[in-house]
Amino acid sequence: MESFGFCFLMLTIAILASPALSDLVLSKVDRRIYLTSHIVRISSTMKVENAGSEKESKVLLAFPEQQAKNMAYLIATPHEGKGKGKNPVVVLPVEAANPKDMPAALTFYSVSLPKGLAEGDSFTFDVLAVFTHALRPIPEQITQADIQLVLYQDSAHYLSPYAVKVQSLSVKLPDSRIESYTKLENTKIHGSEIKYGPYENIPSFSYSPIAVHFESNLPFAVAHELVREIEISHWGNVQVTEHYKLIHGGAQSKGEFSRLDFQARPNVRGASAFRYLVANLPPRAHSVYYRDEIGNISTSHLRGDSKKTELLIEPRYPMFGGWRTAFTIGYGLPLLDFLFESDGKRFLNITFSSPMVELVIDALIVKVVLPEGSTDISVAAPFPVEQWQETKISHLDIDGRPVVVLKKTNVVPEHNQFFQVYYHFSQLSMLREPLMLISGFFFFFVACIVYMHADISISKSSASYLAKQQWEEVQAVIQQVQNIISRCLTTHDNLEASLRDLSRTGNIQACKAARKAADGLLKELSKELKPLLTFLQSSPSAAQVLPKVEELVAKERELQEKVMVKHSTVVDGYEKKLGARDIENRVALQQQKLTALRQEVDDLLEFIDEI
Amino acid sequence: MSNSYTSDILKPFKLKTKQQELLIRVSILCLVYILAFITRLFSVLRYESMIHEFDPYFNYRTTLYLTQHGFYDFWNWFDYESWYPLGRIVGGTLYPGLMVTAALIYRLLHFLRFAVHIREVCVLTAPFFASNTTLVAYFFGKEIWDSGAGLVAAILIAVCPGYISRSVAGSYDNEGVAIFALLFTFYLFVKAVNTGSLAWGLASAFGYFYMVSAWGGYVFIINLIPLYVLVLLITGRYSMRLYVAYNCLYILGMLLAMQIRFVGFQHVQSGEHMAAMGVFFLMQVFYFLDWVKHMLSDTKLFQEFLRITVTCAVAVGGIALGVGMASGYISPWTGRFYSLLDPTYAKDHIPIIASVSEHQPTAWSSFMFDFHILLFLFPAGLYFCFKRLSDATIFIVMYGLTSMYFAGVMVRLILVATPAVCLISAIAVSATVKNLTVLLRSKTKVAQIGSTKGTSSAKASSKASLDQSQPFQKNGAMALLFGAFYLLSRYATHCTWVTSEAYSSPSIVLAARGAHGNRVIFDDYREAYFWLRQNTPLDAKVMSWWDYGYQITAMGNRTVIVDNNTWNNTHIATVGRAMSSYEDEAYEIIRSLDVDYVLVVFGGVTGYSSDDINKFLWMVRIGGGVFPVIKEPDYLVNGEYRVDKGAAPKMLNCLMYKLSYYRFGEMMTEYGKPPGYDRARGVEIGNKDIKLEHLEEAFTTSNWIVRIYKVKPPNNRW
Repeated sequence: MESFGFCFLMLTIAILASPALSDLVLSKVDRRIYLTSHIVRISSTMKVENAGSEKESKVLLAFPEQQAKNMAYLIATPHEGKGKGKNPVVVLPVEAANPKDMPAALTFYSVSLPKGLAEGDSFTFDVLAVFTHALRPIPEQITQADIQLVLYQDSAHYLSPYAVKVQSLSVKLPDSRIESYTKLENTKIHGSEIKYGPYENIPSFSYSPIAVHFESNLPFAVAHELVREIEISHWGNVQVTEHYKLIHGGAQSKGEFSRLDFQARPNVRGASAFRYLVANLPPRAHSVYYRDEIGNISTSHLRGDSKKTELLIEPRYPMFGGWRTAFTIGYGLPLLDFLFESDGKRFLNITFSSPMVELVIDALIVKVVLPEGSTDISVAAPFPVEQWQETKISHLDIDGRPVVVLKKTNVVPEHNQFFQVYYHFSQLSMLREPLMLISGFFFFFVACIVYMHADISISKSSASYLAKQQWEEVQAVIQQVQNIISRCLTTHDNLEASLRDLSRTGNIQACKAARKAADGLLKELSKELKPLLTFLQSSPSAAQVLPKVEELVAKERELQEKVMVKHSTVVDGYEKKLGARDIENRVALQQQKLTALRQEVDDLLEFIDEI
Repeated sequence: MSNSYTSDILKPFKLKTKQQELLIRVSILCLVYILAFITRLFSVLRYESMIHEFDPYFNYRTTLYLTQHGFYDFWNWFDYESWYPLGRIVGGTLYPGLMVTAALIYRLLHFLRFAVHIREVCVLTAPFFASNTTLVAYFFGKEIWDSGAGLVAAILIAVCPGYISRSVAGSYDNEGVAIFALLFTFYLFVKAVNTGSLAWGLASAFGYFYMVSAWGGYVFIINLIPLYVLVLLITGRYSMRLYVAYNCLYILGMLLAMQIRFVGFQHVQSGEHMAAMGVFFLMQVFYFLDWVKHMLSDTKLFQEFLRITVTCAVAVGGIALGVGMASGYISPWTGRFYSLLDPTYAKDHIPIIASVSEHQPTAWSSFMFDFHILLFLFPAGLYFCFKRLSDATIFIVMYGLTSMYFAGVMVRLILVATPAVCLISAIAVSATVKNLTVLLRSKTKVAQIGSTKGTSSAKASSKASLDQSQPFQKNGAMALLFGAFYLLSRYATHCTWVTSEAYSSPSIVLAARGAHGNRVIFDDYREAYFWLRQNTPLDAKVMSWWDYGYQITAMGNRTVIVDNNTWNNTHIATVGRAMSSYEDEAYEIIRSLDVDYVLVVFGGVTGYSSDDINKFLWMVRIGGGVFPVIKEPDYLVNGEYRVDKGAAPKMLNCLMYKLSYYRFGEMMTEYGKPPGYDRARGVEIGNKDIKLEHLEEAFTTSNWIVRIYKVKPPNNRW
């Protein structure tokens, strides 16, 4: 009902509005309405002619209120014909206009032409307008088995403040199944395309309502809210995290949902549901994940080549009309592809909107998280956005990272353009976090060392504390004793080695010299040992160790003597030029005793070590 | 030359044997610490970093609440999302230790600027505490035997499946921290008994407090320690050390435990805690008698005095207990406690306890599964403990024997026995290996010296010493060592296998092998819960069997009628009654409970056997326990439970059957079988033409595991 009332209103406007705003005339208008997705795109080619005498440089485009409310995107480009391709696209500036004496129910935009139009001149340009929520599901509620029908309303005549000489309109539908459409004169239908016109010499503000009611089972994916977080790490990564709150914006589902029917014939019983979404991620995207509040979602596929990475995600359940879901996708991008430097400033150059195919976003919030310590932040966006700054505290941050927040409502894939964030960041700041970690560990270890070495007992005079200290002293002394004994033992080994040298070379003099040196060393060592022993004897806490230590010293001395005796016996033998076998026989007994003694000393050393 | 040169340089770095030993010990401990942590990460690797099973979801939800709203709000939290319409006073009905611990770790990490998510903290809490438990096990082993036994105990407990089953990453449950707290309390208490130091007693009281805050299993401590003290008293091992340790633990521990709202005055009022109090008074009597004995030199007089005092004390104690019981001041033992002492008690009296699979008596196979070689080492360890009896070994023996008994009564209590079994087995391993290596080392030393002095006489001497010992001693020792090594390595392989295959499944996500050997994942639970969360009104009430209550509130964020905190038996019985009635009767109950959605779990399509149809008899029993209208025999045919054509008519038409099998009769599940073939039970279902009158299917997950039905509003009368 409401739409009919609206149409009536428009008609009255058309009748009442005063013609001839200026002397411009649209000599040819070709409109193509694409209803092949739930985003409605109207692409028009217009030829504008100046019929008056004054030079004109602006052309007004009019949209009824209903359409203007849903309009997400509007762009005008000079028409270049079909052969020239799409090389440098010059965009004609478009701005909202508010001309006088115009009906309030219309919204105007003015397109500035590159050159003013003199009398009789003409100029051809293209206008692309993109609308969201322009398709209305009728009926509004369907069951699982029903197909989804949607209604689109527009005017067969181009609504314009100028008179239009020749015009035509074509409506492209996803499918040839059409429930109904308004039949006017010159209406033709070719498969999935409906053509209106050509109409000639239509006056300004002419409005001829048409409605198309057709089947559309395309995914009506609408994100109520999308928060994109782009985090820059100068260690080589741009991390993108996108939080989606998604709803199926088509006809509401009613009645029961039968899994059996859906599984048996998904294209008939569940045609209006969508099962998956496709996201075209930038090339070399890595570490892609797909999860929601309660965990990972395992139904996703990733394909990649050098040009793009395609991510196919399935929500946890098929999305029927009115069903909601929420999820997060995240991926890492190589820093070099997106971060550049100019005039001593760095800038991030990355796409603004979601990588999802054919997704309408009601509210898009883009957060660019810059490294901590970034300054002089500025943003260059290709279209107006709301903008403010926040800080975010993440790993190892002290005062948080600056965050640039950009907000835009009613976003369509056409908004997926590059925008830039400029900032200053010193290379040295990069080292801050590693340094923090290093110093953290350093202080931890220092604290450990201090704890191990510092004496932190409270009562320095208590008996147990004193006993402990004394015991430590005793231990230190015993350690020294052990050192000395082991040095003695190495001297013994040296002596043995000199004997072996003797048997090989027969150099008696060298052997004697070695003996002398060893003698001196051993004497010195026994001198060193004396004060230590007296200390141990005087200390009460050493009482239990003392006998063992004394035994050790005694045994060692015995060992010393034995070694000396053996040494002199062997040297004697050599001096007397006895045979090797003879000498061996002579020392055999001594050798046996030596081995036994050495064993005992080793045992004692081990025993003391274990105390 | 060069050789001696390098050795000169290395000399200052060369370590003494003692330092070497310390280095080896510390590095082994560090490795064990890490091992205990990473072996529990299998679940994260195989699935994802997620919370497992049922109770952990409640714990996670409360921890989330704690970190978001602060401690006081948490303490006073009234949760209206569960037990609708009754609600639940969460702060007063939970053990907050786990949540507070996780929240503290979370705060600490954020203070140190590690911006981790609370979920990760929760997932990794149990492995972290398992790592700490290995350290405690080391010190405990060192205290009761020696550091070697401590090391072995640390290694054994690090990978023991009995403990891993409750502490893998993601099983964010009370037990995760409670086993640490339990062992730590025991360690501190034994240390206090060994030293008689007030400081250790104090520490053990605080350990006990932590345990009380973490898990209801603290009752085990408060009964085992008095029992232990009693045994020491009887065996004549009473000492001042024991007196200090026990009194400190009891008094301080009791005062601290009363601060936990869930425990409160139970500590002095409930029958389970009376043993501790009795022993406390007994200790005072003992002390008093000791003093009197010291003052009175006349033994005859003392004997007389002893007789009178003991009689009086026992009489007063008995009268006090009797009066307390009669006046209701002291509550009698709870059913749970009874069911521990008498395994058959629960089956007859409390079906809700008996219905839980982890409350069943343990099978031998699960002992073998969870302990492996420890089962054989345990008696060997007991032998060594008895050989070197001390206060500490008596403790570990008692702990081992009592907990082994409880482990036999209930499957889940294997967990409590695990530390004791590990410690006692460690003593066996350590003592055996030590004895064997001593044998080997004494041999090798002689042999070495003999070989270096390569003379005939030396050979003779080594021969002589060989003759002195038993024949083949060295070879035997070698063989035994290799045998021990082999057994331990088998143990390690077994533990790793069990951890990766059996204990790492989150049970929310199910995994199976597909026809081509590929891994198939059934994520139906989360599919359903997320659907509930997104596509139902915020205040929707969901009725399901109580098993899924915690998950629905945590993941689905919707109000449930009953959940895993089975505090109100009548409420659960009402749900059980609804499920086992005819649809129109059930509709009355559902309307009276203001239910909007009914959720059932169904495994007929996938062959998932722990679904609601298999649990259904328990619903009947629990429902029948409160509402005699529901009779179990109505659902059975000749005492047999079946769902096919021969099933009881009441069974074929009850709500649970209808909801599970709605439209299932049209479905082909398996090639070569008729439609409506139930793969979980292997039969063709008996009622294929199911019509629902008051409910409608709202959602069924892709593998039919969870089915959600919407309750229709009542029909207009005109």
